[in-house]
Amino acid sequence: MDAIIIENVSKSYGAIPAVSDVSLSIKPGELFGLIGPDGAGKTTLFKILVTLLLPDTGRATVAGYDVVKDYKTLRKLVGYMPGRFSLYPDLSVQENLAFFATVFGTTIRQNYHLIQEIYAQLEPFKNRRAGQLSGGMKQKLALCCALIHKPDVLFLDEPTTGVDAVSRKEFWDMLRQLNERGLTTLVSTPYMDEASRCDRVAFMQTGTVLAVDTPLAITRRFKKRLYAVRAADTYSLIHDLRLAPFTESCYAFGEFLHLTVKSAAVTEEQIGRYLREKNHRTIEIHSIQPGIEDTFMALMTQTQPTA
Amino acid sequence: MNRFIAFVKKEFFHILRDRRTLLILFGLPLVQVLLFGFALTNEIKNAGIAVLDNDKSPHTQQITNKLLASGYFQLRENLRSNSDIERAFRKGTIKLAVVFPAGFTENYEHGRSAQIQLLADATEQNTAISLTNYATAIIRDYTAERNPDARPPLTIDVRSRMVFNPELKGAFVFVPGVMAMVLLLVSALMTSVTIARERETGTLEVLMVSPLSQGQILLGKVVPYLLLSFLNGCIIIALGVFVLKVPLNGSLLLLLAETLLFIFLALSIGIFISSIVDTQLVAMFASLMAMLLPTIFLSGFIFPIESMPKPLQIVSNLIPAKYFINIVKGIMIKGAGLRYLWQPTLVLIGMSILFMGLSLRNLKTRLS
Repeated sequence: MDAIIIENVSKSYGAIPAVSDVSLSIKPGELFGLIGPDGAGKTTLFKILVTLLLPDTGRATVAGYDVVKDYKTLRKLVGYMPGRFSLYPDLSVQENLAFFATVFGTTIRQNYHLIQEIYAQLEPFKNRRAGQLSGGMKQKLALCCALIHKPDVLFLDEPTTGVDAVSRKEFWDMLRQLNERGLTTLVSTPYMDEASRCDRVAFMQTGTVLAVDTPLAITRRFKKRLYAVRAADTYSLIHDLRLAPFTESCYAFGEFLHLTVKSAAVTEEQIGRYLREKNHRTIEIHSIQPGIEDTFMALMTQTQPTA
Repeated sequence: MNRFIAFVKKEFFHILRDRRTLLILFGLPLVQVLLFGFALTNEIKNAGIAVLDNDKSPHTQQITNKLLASGYFQLRENLRSNSDIERAFRKGTIKLAVVFPAGFTENYEHGRSAQIQLLADATEQNTAISLTNYATAIIRDYTAERNPDARPPLTIDVRSRMVFNPELKGAFVFVPGVMAMVLLLVSALMTSVTIARERETGTLEVLMVSPLSQGQILLGKVVPYLLLSFLNGCIIIALGVFVLKVPLNGSLLLLLAETLLFIFLALSIGIFISSIVDTQLVAMFASLMAMLLPTIFLSGFIFPIESMPKPLQIVSNLIPAKYFINIVKGIMIKGAGLRYLWQPTLVLIGMSILFMGLSLRNLKTRLS
């Protein structure tokens, strides 16, 4: 049976729908990513799954237990790390960990092997107050606290938000390691580049799931031709390209602009000629393979009502 | 049980590591008791008076001397005419003017009604009332000494005796009041703020998704504050008895038990507040507005309930501190036992049950 089953779950705050009619199922041992911009409904869905919120309609089970009826059992089984730092800043690293271990009826020693690799990095600071740790360290500590009771399913709500790039990478390396031991993990993130580190991802926007698949398969959905374009003046380049008759969409990705064209017949020469007419210099254009972010951007614009 | 102990331990860490909490917890009672005990007292000593003596006789001289010898009054000015009286009041150096009319001695010695006019500065009405009362009593004393044989109905002789507090010491009133105030403040404010803090930092969310029940979380919050507040109560009682010399005529055990009951009530109110607010700031504000101010103004701590307008007197019945102050005064000063104090005790028990019940009903197993 699947580790997490979500069936037609909806939840709204007053008149504002946060999650509308979401269905997903996550296999045991999967590292599943919930990707989407802020306000997509990721956190609300998380809170429903960790029994903190009741769904308006629909039902969901985690590890075979209903999130509404069996909430007491579930609270013993899940590990939950909320979006913001939710440890006690005035307790030391070790005190935080010991507290959560005891609350879940275990001890650090008993389950040390689960967190060993992560905690090893925190060990030199174990007597430091949690409030004085760096952002990346805080997240590692929070992960340890969520893992210490050997949860069946781990829920991490935006664990890498506000964390530097190096720590983000380290954090995902840890998640992969945990996953190799068979821990079912649901992670949400607003960073699309993190999607490729998941087994499968669901892309969420405005409360609905737009696509669910492996990162590779999602990339394959991108059928249009894609060019990377660069010129001396990036700002007027993006402006001119968006106005060009052949352009479908144009987004900035680092130093390059990713340009989707309306028909496959549009060539690099054509684009180059157009840009030279607009007095752009040091133009660089080449055809590229779409990444997962291109796909998400395309998915987002498809479903967005044209303003 | 381990869980619960871990929770209480964590709570003690929070309290002991926060200097501000510690300061409020133990600095506040000390400062309050000493401040109210020594500095802020409504006892009258050396109030400035002026005398306008239009009679200038041995009698008026002796009455003036008797007034001054009492220690309540200090002569600031000898006035010459009626117009001086207002000027002296305006200057603010005097609180009371004593006017002997011309012909006072003659009236007095011939058994006619002899009058003395007392003019008091009523911008501070309580002081004015006390001053005129003191002066009247002293003057009456004078006549009584002179004519020990005068019998009613000729002279009505009012003799009052201040029972329980013959010296009219302010500390007798303030110690129970401060005790009520500090315990309410510490217990209710602190608990409501700490629960709101867990909600604000998101740790409550994590605790909810754990095997801890909401009841355990609340109890874990209450126990440390119950202990610390009780310690606080003991400190205040000790300060009152040993430093401010408030007597402890009744049973110490009963006093401690009632203190514990009152702390429990204050904690229930704190939990109730925290169950309806979301942030520390609102919790603090609600505690102060809903508890501190009414406690100061309506509990009889500073202003006597009997002299309030009727509607406020009715409202004062809702103030828990009123009952506690009555109980503490009863035990410490009057030496009363539970036989006399069962009524306010019952009210406190009732209020505790009400607020605990309300907060338990507001207990949420989920967010929102």
